[in-house]
Amino acid sequence: MYDFEVARPSTIAEAASALSAEGAQVLGGGHTLIPTLKNRLARPSVLVSVSRIDEMRGVRVENEKCLCVGGAATHAEVASSAEESFPALAWLAGNIGDPAVRNRGTVGGSLANNDPSACYPAAALAVGATIETNNREIAADDFFRGMFETELKEGEIITKVRFPIPDAGNYQKFEQPASRFALVGVFLAQFGSEVRIGVTGASESGVFRWADAEAALSADFSTEAANGLPAAPGAMINDLHGSGEYRAHLMKVLTARAVAAAS
Amino acid sequence: MPKDYGIGASSKRREDVRFLTGSGRYTDDINVPGQAFVSFVRSEVAHGKLNSVETEEASAMPGVLRVFTGADFEGVGGLPCGWQITDRNGEPMKEPAHPILAQGKVRHVGDPIAAVVAESEAQARDAAEAVAVDVQELPAVLDMKSALEDEGLVHEDAGTNLCFDWGFVEDNKDAVDAALAGAHHVTTLELTNNRLVANAMEPRVAIGDYDAATDVSTLFTTSQNPHVIRLLMGAFVLSIPEHKLRVVAPDVGGGFGSKIYHYAEEAFCTFAARQLLCPVKWTATRSESFVTDAHGRDHVSKIELGLDEDGNFLAIRTATLANMGAYLSTFAPAVPTYLHGTLMAGNYKTPNIYVNVKAVFTNTVPVDAYRGAGRPEATFQLERVIDKAARELGIDPVELRRKNFIDKEQFPYATPVALQYDTGDYAATMDKLAEISDFEGFESRLEESKRNGKLRGLGVNCYIEACGIAPSNLVGQLGARAGLYESATVRVNATGSVTILTGTHSHGQGHETTFPQVLADMFGIGEDQINLVHGDTANTPMGMGTYGSRSIAVGGAALVRAAEKIIAKAKKIAAHLMEASADDIEFADGQFTVAGTDKSVAWGDVCLTAYVPHNYPLEELEPGLEETSFYDPANFTFPAGAYACEVEVEPETGKVDVVAFSAADDFGNVINPMIVDGQVHGGIAQGIGQALREHAVYDDGGQLVSGSYMEYAMPRADDIPDLAVDHSCQTPCTHNPLGVKGCGEAGAIGSPPTVVNAVVDALQRGGYDVDHIDMPLSPFRVWSAING
Ligand SMILES: Cc1cc2nc3c(=O)[nH]c(=O)nc-3n(C[C@H](O)[C@H](O)[C@H](O)COP(=O)(O)OP(=O)(O)OC[C@H]3O[C@@H](n4cnc5c(N)ncnc54)[C@H](O)[C@@H]3O)c2cc1C
Repeated sequence: MYDFEVARPSTIAEAASALSAEGAQVLGGGHTLIPTLKNRLARPSVLVSVSRIDEMRGVRVENEKCLCVGGAATHAEVASSAEESFPALAWLAGNIGDPAVRNRGTVGGSLANNDPSACYPAAALAVGATIETNNREIAADDFFRGMFETELKEGEIITKVRFPIPDAGNYQKFEQPASRFALVGVFLAQFGSEVRIGVTGASESGVFRWADAEAALSADFSTEAANGLPAAPGAMINDLHGSGEYRAHLMKVLTARAVAAAS
Repeated sequence: MPKDYGIGASSKRREDVRFLTGSGRYTDDINVPGQAFVSFVRSEVAHGKLNSVETEEASAMPGVLRVFTGADFEGVGGLPCGWQITDRNGEPMKEPAHPILAQGKVRHVGDPIAAVVAESEAQARDAAEAVAVDVQELPAVLDMKSALEDEGLVHEDAGTNLCFDWGFVEDNKDAVDAALAGAHHVTTLELTNNRLVANAMEPRVAIGDYDAATDVSTLFTTSQNPHVIRLLMGAFVLSIPEHKLRVVAPDVGGGFGSKIYHYAEEAFCTFAARQLLCPVKWTATRSESFVTDAHGRDHVSKIELGLDEDGNFLAIRTATLANMGAYLSTFAPAVPTYLHGTLMAGNYKTPNIYVNVKAVFTNTVPVDAYRGAGRPEATFQLERVIDKAARELGIDPVELRRKNFIDKEQFPYATPVALQYDTGDYAATMDKLAEISDFEGFESRLEESKRNGKLRGLGVNCYIEACGIAPSNLVGQLGARAGLYESATVRVNATGSVTILTGTHSHGQGHETTFPQVLADMFGIGEDQINLVHGDTANTPMGMGTYGSRSIAVGGAALVRAAEKIIAKAKKIAAHLMEASADDIEFADGQFTVAGTDKSVAWGDVCLTAYVPHNYPLEELEPGLEETSFYDPANFTFPAGAYACEVEVEPETGKVDVVAFSAADDFGNVINPMIVDGQVHGGIAQGIGQALREHAVYDDGGQLVSGSYMEYAMPRADDIPDLAVDHSCQTPCTHNPLGVKGCGEAGAIGSPPTVVNAVVDALQRGGYDVDHIDMPLSPFRVWSAING
């Protein structure tokens, strides 16, 4: 680790001002950032911790339609608070990493990091979440920009995420054997008859919505329809844990399982 | 009633109080006042010519005491190899130099090039980044088959990448060829034993300290065998005689073999402390552990098994390429040879066996012994080919094994690969296995799995292990450059408590509990009256350390011998006190009695008398009560057993779950059944890890792709089912005083083929034409096999 300063603001405004310093960076739960620092792969001058900002904590339901999650809310908080209102998201959060990861890692950190195998991005895309920052709102469809890339500007803070609650939803995660991130993860959300599907872990361009599957399942919400899907377009990740072909296959298997679970 | 103390009791592990409450004292917990820290500059390429190493900028950075390079080690010895193999033509193996810091070339990612010593760890790391290394990259030599074409050489002065070409037993070769040519059926299998990283929980640490006033160097290190490190480093690397060199290995947090070897960082810290006149500390990062701790396994083999029309084994021929990595680690050459070829008979009476091993240098981390060491590789080949033969011939795999078992009556049994098994009863462990695994109920469990859309398979496997490598005069002829005895001193204190000092060590197995159990029985005193000291060359007798499941079989035997000397002397003291002849003294339950009388004196009185010799035969007997024994075994010990597991396979994803696992082991006599259970549990967990998850993978450029836990899949608690473990079948070892055989590696030897056999069984029952999958059986590999 290189030396750095730490700021612990208690309001979003203070955090934003601390982040205007040259080389300043947001620190969420630190479960991605701290290992990066330990390996000397980043050299921030100041880490601005958002964990003491009350306005960024908490999980609550708005108008029975939307789950509002503070940008600094932890996975553990989501797992326990959303159990009744949005069980699919609660399950997703409850199956990230281990208790240490869940008690520190945050929704804001996960979305900002946009790891191609992370779970939350699939959910955000599938339900059409809105990502609120300290100066704007960004629709999930516009937020993710390929592996580890997002629409966020330097120093911009995810303060809140609004997840519309689907009528039916399910997340299927097939674990990568070592990291237990998603080798492939499929989040399925159904609003009326409209089906939306976010896929993580599979594509070389990062998390994406699987348009063919959405169309087919919106027309016929059945496992047969899922099993009959054409191979997903675009290049799939090929690594030691699975070829692109394997990942494309898993997408179908997991989508069919999600349909069965959500039916 | 199970015993509640002494041999056979499940005494609680006393060391766990420390380990589980965070009060263990590991090497990294030691901080020597005034210590500096070293950070190593390591090769980022697999293979390259070292043009220059610029240290000027780094040397001028804050806190930097000195930057060392290979040039500082000219005239200093390289890391020695402890075992020399003689090849098929009678030539010695190629034994290239292994410098402390790279000289002229780098040979694997992680090879140390320079070392920066600074006042703080952060300063050392900062300055290490400022060392400018100019390397001209060379094509990496990785695949063993192509390495043997010698197009690029890992070591130019060796002139070849072939370290040795070994045949065993060379005189068997023609008979084996003829038997296979005439066999009714020959089953052939090509397989890979996947490369593993040991991943001890505690990373390696070394602290060198030098006291100029006494001219004594001390090395604190994470070692399974401090005496071996002292001998190797003192005599071969740094030229420091033993009386000027102390090696201390305090609590060791796991090793699995990887902490046997003498590593460059140990020699560096000891050397630098003498140069700089200040202590020098190094603690490996986990990333460093992946590219510097010796790796395990990495064999590519072809095995052929010839059978007659009744399924009797006629002959076995195997050919293995064994990866040595870039340099010869301390015991590397012994692993694919005498710890592997000698085991190829397994539990069976195959009359003709020939083993060929070609050891190959590649641009990878050195490979050496890892839990089981050679024996898992032998077992894997043998038991996989037997399973395949059973399927090809339509014989039940259990029956084929039973048919070929060495019969109980045939012991002692001489195998065609040079071992003499003293005892065993393989049919008994197989019977026990059938009982604890409920083979009969398999069909109904299969139906249940089918209903859940899963394939189910049952895998069975036998293994034999050779522990406590010995005797020294024989292993010396086979190329060992060390003896393989073990030592124990029994120090009876004046008030009757006892301290055991032993040359072996523990890297977590529980010796502090089990060694006192042995003495508690012999002396008839409480276990809590006895403690064990190990891990420090300054206060323990020379011993060879912990590996090869040897500590109780060899060190425990030394303990018994020393205790027998104590009892003999104590009887003389008791005889004097009771005015009787020593020959008439009987000793039991802590009381010395004169046979046929009611005269007795207690253990404590005899001990006190030895140290307060007022009424004592001083003219005939020295005072004091302390004895040492060095025990050199007459033979190996041969634990053996039969394992079974059941797996469920999800055909659409290839995911494998081990749903049941049982082990019937014969470890001879057992000192502490609970600790033995734990050893077997741990070994099986590691074996399941190897079978399903773990794999050290290099890319074409020689980068270790699985160099972190994000890519290297360790087994976790929830991957391991409840384990049914039984060691009630006991054929005690006939040549050591405790009748014990060793249990540390069995689980890791027996389980990988069990799991693979089960997965293949599941796939074949499911109608898939798959007869082998190389480990690890990851979901992707299993799915790929299912889908051709
Ligand atoms: C062992 C382990 C297992 C894991 N398993 C999974 C898994 O299965 N699935 C999964 O999805 N994830 C997994 N993770 C990742 C985990 O969810 C991380 O917590 C998450 O990716 C990052 O969140 P964080 O709060 O820790 O962010 P940090 O590490 O603090 O930050 C990550 C990045 O986001 C930025 N950032 C943080 N907070 C904000 C914010 N509010 N606004 C703007 N930028 C911000 C930081 O500057 C940094 O660039 C795992 C992690 C570990 C260590």
